[in-house]
This record gives sequence, C-alpha cells and structure tokens, in this order.
Amino acid sequence: MGIYGVYIVSKSGGLIFNYDYTVPKIETEQTFSYPLDLKLSYENNRLLVSFGQRDNIKVGHVLLAINGIPVSGRKLEDNKDALEMLDDAANYPLNLKFGRPKMTVNEKIFLASMFYPLFAIASQLSPEPRSSGIETLEADTFKLQCFQTLTGIKFIVIADPTHTGLEQLLKKIYEIYADFALKNPFYSLEMPIRCEMFDTNLQALLEQADKNGINGI
Amino acid sequence: MSRQSTRLDVKKVNSELFTLTYGAIVSQLMKDYENVEDVNKQLDRMGYNIGVRMVEDFLARTNAGRCYDLRETADKIQYAFKMYLGITPALTNWSAAGDEFSLTFDTNPLTEFVELPDNYQNLKYSNILCGALRGSCEMVQMDISCWFVQDQLKGDLATELRIKFNKRLEDAIPAGED
Repeated sequence: MGIYGVYIVSKSGGLIFNYDYTVPKIETEQTFSYPLDLKLSYENNRLLVSFGQRDNIKVGHVLLAINGIPVSGRKLEDNKDALEMLDDAANYPLNLKFGRPKMTVNEKIFLASMFYPLFAIASQLSPEPRSSGIETLEADTFKLQCFQTLTGIKFIVIADPTHTGLEQLLKKIYEIYADFALKNPFYSLEMPIRCEMFDTNLQALLEQADKNGINGI
Repeated sequence: MSRQSTRLDVKKVNSELFTLTYGAIVSQLMKDYENVEDVNKQLDRMGYNIGVRMVEDFLARTNAGRCYDLRETADKIQYAFKMYLGITPALTNWSAAGDEFSLTFDTNPLTEFVELPDNYQNLKYSNILCGALRGSCEMVQMDISCWFVQDQLKGDLATELRIKFNKRLEDAIPAGED
C-alpha cells in the first residue's frame, strides 16, 4: 500500500495542484576508477545513464553529484564541465552519486495537460455512447485513478497498483477542496491552489488513508 | 440524504447570526451605492460568486449526479436550500413546457428581522439568492434566469422565486460526458 501523489487539473486542463506524498528516494554513491564503465548521455538538460546497468545504478538514472559536489545540467556547482571531468584520467578515482531523476514542476504541468486530451480521446474511442473518460490507468508499478467532477475538475491520485478504495479517497479530496480551497476568499478559481489549510488537511487525509486504509476515514 | 458525517465536522451556525450579517452587507451596500438598482446588481454579482464555489461543496457532500431534467434540478435546489438555509421551499407553478418553476417560501431566513423603508420599495433585498442559483447552475452547465415575483417584504403573502431554464451550455460540458 502506498500513495505516491495527488494532482488536480482544472476545467481548462491546467495543473492547479500537485503534491508528492511518498516518492521513494533512490540514490547510490560509488567510487569509480578510470575508465568509467557506464555510458552517459546528455538529454533534457541532465546527464543520464544510457547503458551499463549495474548494482543499484539503473539505465535512466541521472548523475547527481561528483565527489559530493552537486551537478546541475552538465556543469558542476563550481562551473567545471562534468563530462570533461569524467573523461580525464587524472581526476580518478571519482566518487559519483546517481539517482532517479526528479520531475520538475514544468514537466508536471506538461504531463497534466497531456492527460487532459487523453481523457477526452478515451471517451471518444469508446464503442458505447456516452462513455466517461479514463477512470483508472494501470501499469506494473503504479495505478492512476481519476475522478472528474460535474463541474469539470479532475482529481488524480497515483498509488501503488495494489491500493484499493482510491475512488472514496478522491471523493474525500474533493470535499477538502470544496472546504479549504473554495471557501478561502483569497483563492481565485482556476488558479493554482496555494492554501496552507488545504495542504495540511490533504496531508492528514493521506496519512490516515495510508495507515488505516480508506475505511478508517 | 443527510450531510455525511465526515472528519470535517458539520459546523452549524445560528441563523440569526447569518441573518444579521447579511443585513449588515445590504445596509453597507445601500450606503456605498445610494442607488437601489446598483445594489440589486451588486447583490446578484456577490451571489453569483458565492454560487460558483458553493456548488462544489454541494456536489462533494451529496454525491449528486448530473440532472437531465429540470424537475431533478428543482429537487436538488430544494435540497440545497434545506442544507444551506434550513428551509424547504415548495416547488410550484410549473410551466406547461416544464422549463419554468417557482420556489415558494413561507419564511425567508434572510429577511427575518427586516422591514423595508418606503423609499426602498425597489430593493430586491434577497437578490443574493438569485445570483447564487444562477452561478451554481452555470457551473453544472445550465443557463438559468432567476427573479423574485412575490416578496413578503413588499406585502405579499409568500416569497416566490421564479426560475427559468434557458439552455444547456453545451460548449462547457466537460469531455467524457455526453
């Protein structure tokens, strides 16, 4: 059991709220000698492992730090180029930290607005008339549950595939939204939700759902 | 169908406090605008803004589905009045086409301690209700008009709120429905 995150998409398809509840942090730090037995490639402003999976370093992980100095893009914090540093035998042994890439806010907004047409297409593709859009989307590592209100707002929760009772959880999140976002006079509709009360109540709900199962709420 | 018991406890408030707060708003608006028509308009606008938010609260708590007939809508509106104002208006005067009806109130909690001064006879004191109904129906893709035809404040026996269904807002219906 585990809830990974909650997303709220507005009527017009913009991401108005996202919250990462539990994202397992996977990071491994190892000392390497020359030559490096991993193939790195530079994609989307990140240094990714493209081949040469071993131990806990998997293809798709990004280089987070060299000798404890964080890497951002392809540059180290002290403005040295990371790739040049890795190519130079004189620098070895090097201590490299790899980990799973974190989604940036922009990527989340991008994905949320991508889900919007998918949802609409699903209802069009349906062989039966008057079908709803995507309600559940399952993969081997997660399950996505979506609930669209009559007013067109989508509440999305991402959880472990074995998690049950996500529909009820989404209804509860809707109640919290109605109570703490909409009744906040300083919240304007369709805008990103930045209400502290909403955050704390949502967090309490997720904690409870995680601990006691959804029936305990 | 009562308001579900949730973690969020059901906060009840004395209707007198509500009545007086509303009275304070109206009298402040009268001071600010001096023109009765402007006050009516402003109350309607305030109601609209309340309605577009309040409808989410109603939907979240009642699990109400979409309405495909004005009679269903009327029942839900009646239920909403019970939920938010503690009164159950009667549904009367259905038009033959079924696209218009009236909500008739024996008592209106908004006007509990109110008497209209003679020079304010054009003031639609409870006009906020019209705005709220219009706003909340618009959020569920129904365009309605709403106005008072009788008002106890103006010497009528009952307060009557007329609701007319104009059209469904087809463009606004979210994908995955219809």
